[in-house]
Amino acid sequence: MAESECSVFLFSSTSAAIRAEKLAMESDFKVKLIPVPRHLSSDCGVCLRCDSAEVDAIRSLLESSRVEWENVRRL
Amino acid sequence: MIYFDNAATSWPKPTAVPEAMSRFMLAVGANPGRSAHRLSIEAGRMVYETREAVARLFNLSDPLRVVFGLNATEALNLALWGILCPGDRVLTSSMEHNSVMRPLRALERERSVKVDIVRCSSEGFLDADDAEAALRADTKMIVLNHASNVVGSVLPVAEVGRIAREHDVLLLVDAAQTAGAYPLDMGAMAIDLLAFTGHKALLGPQGTGGLCIGERVQENEMRPLKQGGTGSRSASEQQPSFIPDMYESGTPNTVGLAGLGAGVQYVIDRGVEEIRAHEVHLTRGLIAGLVEIPGVIVYGGLDAEMQTATVSFNIDGLAPSEVGLMLDEEHGTMSRVGLDCAPAAHRTIGTFPVGTVRFSLGALSTTDEVDAAVEAVREIATGRAA
Repeated sequence: MAESECSVFLFSSTSAAIRAEKLAMESDFKVKLIPVPRHLSSDCGVCLRCDSAEVDAIRSLLESSRVEWENVRRL
Repeated sequence: MIYFDNAATSWPKPTAVPEAMSRFMLAVGANPGRSAHRLSIEAGRMVYETREAVARLFNLSDPLRVVFGLNATEALNLALWGILCPGDRVLTSSMEHNSVMRPLRALERERSVKVDIVRCSSEGFLDADDAEAALRADTKMIVLNHASNVVGSVLPVAEVGRIAREHDVLLLVDAAQTAGAYPLDMGAMAIDLLAFTGHKALLGPQGTGGLCIGERVQENEMRPLKQGGTGSRSASEQQPSFIPDMYESGTPNTVGLAGLGAGVQYVIDRGVEEIRAHEVHLTRGLIAGLVEIPGVIVYGGLDAEMQTATVSFNIDGLAPSEVGLMLDEEHGTMSRVGLDCAPAAHRTIGTFPVGTVRFSLGALSTTDEVDAAVEAVREIATGRAA
């Protein structure tokens, strides 16, 4: 996945980020927990990287599972 | 050797429990939720898996509303000190452990909280109608143990839960004696706050437990017991205001939670219903064996279906401590003797201040052990008579 095609979901807690990762992987999205890139700011140190084309679908998944995130940013 | 002190802490544990702890110590070891490297994330995933297993077992829809701590006592303190404000009124039963009674007596002294106590029967049972009758217009919370740690009597939590909802009162349940051994469904039983310990029937290690927070309790209604680092909102000197971080300051007992996860998974795989059926079967045999020994008095309802696998008894003419010592030294049988940290419960069943001898079985206990323990009591009681 090229950097320009990636986005990240930012969370306020690591627990929420890990829950999001598990839910996304169970739905076969290609995601990875990575350190928050230095040009972004977040309330916790990890964020969930995904394919930008899948942001909307992941957003719906997190909403339906009531996982809260702070922001979504394109890398 | 027969270990019949599972109500104090379960032993032995399924081998998966120490194995999971060893795996964490040898291969992961990092601080969960603090750093972003792979070992920290792996530790975080492991803690999350335990959260999810606990949530599944108690039918709580959001795993992030499982807050981990040291034990049921800490969870009860969090709920009681966090929610009860000066002048509030709380209702409890006469069968409670000191993990509930001591915080309530302290709240009475320090915050003028009004404590109402509904009387249970001398067998240790609560009539839900009595609980409803004891509610006052300003009662804010009901706190009940799900089952007595002295006689195992199961209290009607689901009925009280329904009553609590009708009267818009919060229900806090001390599930120290039932979590893992008896079906618990926070939704169906209308439980708002469920305090559990990890080292009893959930088969995890000591130093693990927590509080499950239902949807009726809002973050701003329950203050944390302590403040500190959480790995989140690190730029702020104010405590975060979201669950679970706001209640989990400081590095957790991650190795313990690895073991707890394996214990809960054992319970889920074997099935609480199956464990319950096994324990009912053993308890029925234990009660039947003890009641027919001359000079032995067995307390409680004497009905395995109505209680956990905890049975209290005395031998006429012998102090509980003498019986406990003979069981240990002459028969290799471990029991608990005395007041079980529950003076209120012993007053209710009429055994205060002497107390009882308590046998408590677990998921891994066997009929052979029950038979041998009954035989040991028979020898001690008969020796006494001769």
